[in-house]
Amino acid sequence: MNDASAQPEIHHLAPPHSFIRKHVFSLDHKVIGLQYYGLALAAVFIGMVLSWLMRLHLGWTSLAIPGLQHFSQNGAPGGVITPEYYLSLMTMHGTIMIFFVLTNAPFSGFGNYFLPIQIGAEDMAFPRFNMMSFWVTFVAFLVLIAAFFVHDGPPISGWTAYPTLSSIGKDAGPGEAMGQNLWAVSIALFCIGQLLGSLNFIATTLDLRTKGMTLARMPLSTWAWFITACIGLLAFADLLPATILLILDRTAGTSFFNPAGLVVSDTLQPHSGGSPLLWQHLFWFFGHPEVYIAIVPGLGIISHILPAFIRKPLLGGMRVMVGCMIAIGFLSYMVWGHHMFVSGMNPFSAILFSVPTLIITIPNTVAVLIWLGSIYGANLRFTSASLFCLGFISVFISGGISGFFLAQPAIDTYLHATYFVVAHFHFVMAVAAIFGIFAATYFWMPKMIGRMMNETLGKWHFWLTFIGVYCIFMPMHYLGLAGNVRRYATFTDNFLLPLIPVHKFITVAALLTGAAQFIFLYNLFHTRWWGPKAPDNPWEATSLEWSTTSPPPFDNFGGKHPVVYQDAYEYGAEGPQDYVMQTTPGKASAT
Amino acid sequence: MGKVFAVLLVIITLVSVYPIIAHTWWPPPTISTTGPGVDGQMNETMIETGILFLSSQLILAGFVWAFGGRKGKIKHWPGGHKPVVAFGIIIVGLEVLSLSFVGSKVWAAMYMAAPNAQALHVDVQAEQFAFFFRYAGPDGVFGGIHPEKISDATGNYFGLDPENDVAARDDIVVGSLTIPVNTPILLTLHTKDVIHNFYVPELRIQLDIVPGLDIPLHFTATKTGRYEIVCTQLCGLGHYSMRAFLEVMSQSDYDSWLKQQSGD
Amino acid sequence: MASTTYRPAGPAAVPGVAGSGPRAWPGARAATTPKMAATQTGIWVGVCAIFMSFAAFVSALVVREGSSTDWQHLVLPRVLYINTLVLLGSSYTLEACRRRFAIVTRQETEPGGATRVSPLPWLYATIMLGSIFVTGQWLAWRTLAAHGFYLATNPSSSFFYVLTAMHGLHLLGGMAALTYMARRLARSVTSTQASALSATAVYWHFIGLLWIFLFLVMAIRL
Repeated sequence: MNDASAQPEIHHLAPPHSFIRKHVFSLDHKVIGLQYYGLALAAVFIGMVLSWLMRLHLGWTSLAIPGLQHFSQNGAPGGVITPEYYLSLMTMHGTIMIFFVLTNAPFSGFGNYFLPIQIGAEDMAFPRFNMMSFWVTFVAFLVLIAAFFVHDGPPISGWTAYPTLSSIGKDAGPGEAMGQNLWAVSIALFCIGQLLGSLNFIATTLDLRTKGMTLARMPLSTWAWFITACIGLLAFADLLPATILLILDRTAGTSFFNPAGLVVSDTLQPHSGGSPLLWQHLFWFFGHPEVYIAIVPGLGIISHILPAFIRKPLLGGMRVMVGCMIAIGFLSYMVWGHHMFVSGMNPFSAILFSVPTLIITIPNTVAVLIWLGSIYGANLRFTSASLFCLGFISVFISGGISGFFLAQPAIDTYLHATYFVVAHFHFVMAVAAIFGIFAATYFWMPKMIGRMMNETLGKWHFWLTFIGVYCIFMPMHYLGLAGNVRRYATFTDNFLLPLIPVHKFITVAALLTGAAQFIFLYNLFHTRWWGPKAPDNPWEATSLEWSTTSPPPFDNFGGKHPVVYQDAYEYGAEGPQDYVMQTTPGKASAT
Repeated sequence: MGKVFAVLLVIITLVSVYPIIAHTWWPPPTISTTGPGVDGQMNETMIETGILFLSSQLILAGFVWAFGGRKGKIKHWPGGHKPVVAFGIIIVGLEVLSLSFVGSKVWAAMYMAAPNAQALHVDVQAEQFAFFFRYAGPDGVFGGIHPEKISDATGNYFGLDPENDVAARDDIVVGSLTIPVNTPILLTLHTKDVIHNFYVPELRIQLDIVPGLDIPLHFTATKTGRYEIVCTQLCGLGHYSMRAFLEVMSQSDYDSWLKQQSGD
Repeated sequence: MASTTYRPAGPAAVPGVAGSGPRAWPGARAATTPKMAATQTGIWVGVCAIFMSFAAFVSALVVREGSSTDWQHLVLPRVLYINTLVLLGSSYTLEACRRRFAIVTRQETEPGGATRVSPLPWLYATIMLGSIFVTGQWLAWRTLAAHGFYLATNPSSSFFYVLTAMHGLHLLGGMAALTYMARRLARSVTSTQASALSATAVYWHFIGLLWIFLFLVMAIRL
């Protein structure tokens, strides 16, 4: 029976002893978080190499890339990328980046590591589910990568996999045989992994908070992970059925998405009555919340890191930023049709979808205004982490602005499927979300591995990347305005030929910016083995992760249960120490 | 460090905005009756978002310059968060409401208005990786489409059955969309394999072509000339090369062209 | 300061201590530690996710039916009606098991009183009814196949197989949970198992309710 006056009994997991239990099949959320991060790191480098290949081909169509023919005999004979292989590279690039990088690192990676610590818990609510979720995700990754090695190559239908290109099978084109099947199975497995993860995050946040850790005192990063888990729970629960139906259409002869009368490669297909638009609805009902799953952790992470480097809490405190994130999460489920304005669906629906799409700009704008207003009057400190926070604000603005255009059907009728869209989603996902990951890495790596990263390298990484991403993605807006259609392997149309020099510029920028990422990679590995030891609280920050050692002990707080007395961002106090940690008893001085 | 960031951001911002103002890369002039509406909407949005973009980036730069490396008493935004939140909600709210209101009208004129009763009907068949266009011919009636008869090998792109279907016998099937200027056109979009898209940048319209659906699309071209119709929905390995020409001719030129086609 | 939420009567909540008191939703009274509270939360969150996925399947069904004229209405095999009753019955037996369990565990703290009431037989009955349901579903499949309706025959039959298969898979998961509980209870019946039993019951009842929902959808629309 519960003795109400005692500390709640916490189920202690026995610390592991074997190498396998410590580092491979670990139940420890910290190890699992690092495993997710490692997977995302491997994935991002693969995805980045794919983008280099794509960009090289776009700038110089007949370029022979030495050695590529050994990787894919059919796809790059003599090292020259074929149009279908370009589409394969593009499909895998998008799939790997969106699923295995942007959903993994900010949410599953950092969230797994820090959510329990930030709420004062020993571990996640369901450690076994947690371990399972990582390994299911890992297997999903292997299944996806296997598509590179099957005879026909990876699928060519884009990460969006629209039927009927994706649902007929090999008649639709190369890569549409085993490659597409592997893709669908991989995504289905990924859904299961994510659902288990979301379950863990939600139960942990609601039930495992330590004494004094009310919801209002949770850091904004924890709020973001919690909200993201809620969004993801419903989103991935919708994608899984969609992939099952796709697999059935491809392999079992059903006709969920395949209508009658299809003649592909001069072969009449046996399906009938299905609706390609059904896939689009199912997919985007997942797909739009998914992009918010990719960015909301970043919003929370930036909102968590920034106060430590401006030495004051955010304007409006917890309520405004949490309100913005909740509003974004809620609205994200109402806007999916804005991907389908010109899809052939009832045009009246376009107007219906564009209203919440335009409204969702409001909480996003408020978040930016809050950050800007918080920097006013601040004592701004410059570290690699804070620079990436400031950079995040800038690129989030840039990415968000293009959203105003695409949200309006009357403008989307011109800009749909052009490089304007590519610019928009790369700015918010490939740039802003990645900046969030970088900021989180520089901020939290000392805590995770107990060593400080090199600040000089970090700053160089920032400057080169910040300039580089603007050089890569800002010109894509102009290409879109000129009507440059996307997903083209080569530009042969008359109106596109004058734009090729811009593509060459972008390619050079992409390669240089990619090269700059090796500074980050080197910094990571150098730190891991030779970095100077990190103190418990190198940034003079307030939240619970900084009240324990770097790295934290097995049960996070060394057998103690932290008790929380303060709100999460008590910065700006007067006196020798301008901050009050959450574990400090007493009333915080007025800020 | 802060000053470097600020200067860099100002440079990036101004360099980014320049090509927009200078129209260095810009949509081609429109040749459609509904085009000006789209362009108007785009310009309006460009101005409003331009102000948002410039002001927010420059404020960020300014604040980083002013407060970077500072070690003093913390100040707070005058008035706290309330004016900031109110500003965001009201200003952006008004902006999006007005854009939405006007934009819906522009959209409706293109895609929701009924086509002109006298519109010239042209049937469009999209396939991997070409467009084909069909005119009804002198009898003014389109023959039926029979998917099982479609064959690229024999050039029967629409699956016509002229032997049994009288109306199909005089249908004209060509590879370019030839139309008279200043005449309402009504296209019916079909595809026999995967999703494609019909896009003419100068017309400012595009619409997916979906297997299993017959989708109407109407417009009126206001300038003669030759324009490119491109596919914008990923349709397979030849997606990048899937193109046809839109030939807008004077009425008399169109009449001669049509007579010539019917004679073949 | 602690957040104030309504808490029904039960062990008093300690302010700020998460999970120290009963939470507002059913089954939660059994939760006396944060981990147990998390189990309760987890099962409800899982139920939401599963329901969402079936909502996706059902909306696909509705759209597919409306998108073409090739829909052929199915007559549902009669055995499905029996299966429904069987599954409802299994919820009853599971609740009987829980009532017995509550009696037994209350007697833990009361002096004296021999315990001859065991929850285990009712749990075995639930598992048996679950197995009968699965068999019945398989029979339904056989009936349809005998009439020439396979997975790809018609969109209506496609959805029949997909919905029943997906439901069946989740039900098998529930059976695994029931079997696991049976093994635990066979070793000993203690109050610390209340939370796990409660979570299993929530899941099992949900599978039953889900079946009723799917059955109605299929009866009306298929």
